[in-house]
Amino acid sequence: MATDLLYKYVLGLGDDALILGQRLSQWAYKGPFLEEDIALSNISLDMFGRANLFLEYATILKGNGTSADELAFKRNEREFRNHILCEQPNGNFADTMVRQFFLDAFYKLFLQKLTESKDEQLSAIAQKSIKETTYHLRHSSKWIIRLGDGTPESHAKVQPAINNLWMFTNELFEMNEIDHEMVKQKIGVDCQPLKMEWDKIMDEVFTEATLKKPENIHMTTGGREGIHTEHLGHLLSDMQYLQRAYPDAQW
Amino acid sequence: MEISTAAIWESLKTIPDPEIPAVSIVDLGIVRNVEFNDDQLKITITPTYSGCPAFSFMKEEIIRHLESAGIFNYQIDTSLAPPWTTDWMSDSVKAKLKEAGIAPPSHKVECPQCESQNVDVISEFGSTACKALYKCNECSEIFHHFKQI
Repeated sequence: MATDLLYKYVLGLGDDALILGQRLSQWAYKGPFLEEDIALSNISLDMFGRANLFLEYATILKGNGTSADELAFKRNEREFRNHILCEQPNGNFADTMVRQFFLDAFYKLFLQKLTESKDEQLSAIAQKSIKETTYHLRHSSKWIIRLGDGTPESHAKVQPAINNLWMFTNELFEMNEIDHEMVKQKIGVDCQPLKMEWDKIMDEVFTEATLKKPENIHMTTGGREGIHTEHLGHLLSDMQYLQRAYPDAQW
Repeated sequence: MEISTAAIWESLKTIPDPEIPAVSIVDLGIVRNVEFNDDQLKITITPTYSGCPAFSFMKEEIIRHLESAGIFNYQIDTSLAPPWTTDWMSDSVKAKLKEAGIAPPSHKVECPQCESQNVDVISEFGSTACKALYKCNECSEIFHHFKQI
């Protein structure tokens, strides 16, 4: 039973990376310019690498012979435990960068704490990933500043992106039963204290970017329970198509 | 089993990084340990970046080297902690990178052609996960910097 909780916990972390990685990969060859196209693909690759680490670990915890590929390609929408923010469509470049900035800032704080996990594998994955996320955050926060404090057009695109995606940010800090149990066992991270630090990062970057932090926005939730927005199904139908149509196909 | 771990290290040193052939997988610090447990050879490797697409290729190359040396009883483990860092590169490896036109990992990025520190970042992400793209304002060279992590 305890392993089952840890399995679900790890699955959530793996799904966050997998779904965000898939979203970012949809930018390949469509980036606003070559260097940024490469940057988005690189970040996507880091996410897939991280997803692989978490999902491989999840298969060990499950111990029934399921592979990480099966977890990625053969689960249905309701079985995915990613945060809803990760699955939100790419939209325009500002939408993508805002989504990335919110998640990079959260994951930088989260992974920092996860390095202290009593679970050796989770701590190891966190130590590996924190370096990458720190780099990603530098990239996404620079973009928020450039877009916000850039041209009237870039400003006019990034502020609505912030307003539209804000409703998905509260979920990052929510604690469900599994989270509480994991914190109790000194395996997981207490996300609530991270909110203040995350807000601080937002305030600093928004101020420099001449952007406004949204207020009184209705917050939505459900990803960790498998309740998603309509966008996840579309993403999965694309991502899973090949393995669904030709099960166990190999390169 | 007549082959020594030292001989295996030597053999692994001949495997180039598939994306930066100027340096070997041993030079980069990807091979962490080589040991025998009774008759079984155990090699521990660590990824540079978690999504590095070259990683599985490197593993296949190691297997190819071992099997062509007649070693079939082996196990290759992946370890994540301590996480890979560019600090594991020796000065001679950094010199090899520079020779190949790649600025070695450093907080003070220097043009590998004219050694000027008057350089600008073009992109923080380069052709591989481990590199960023720079340009030299002195000699106009566009070059890769092996990111310091």
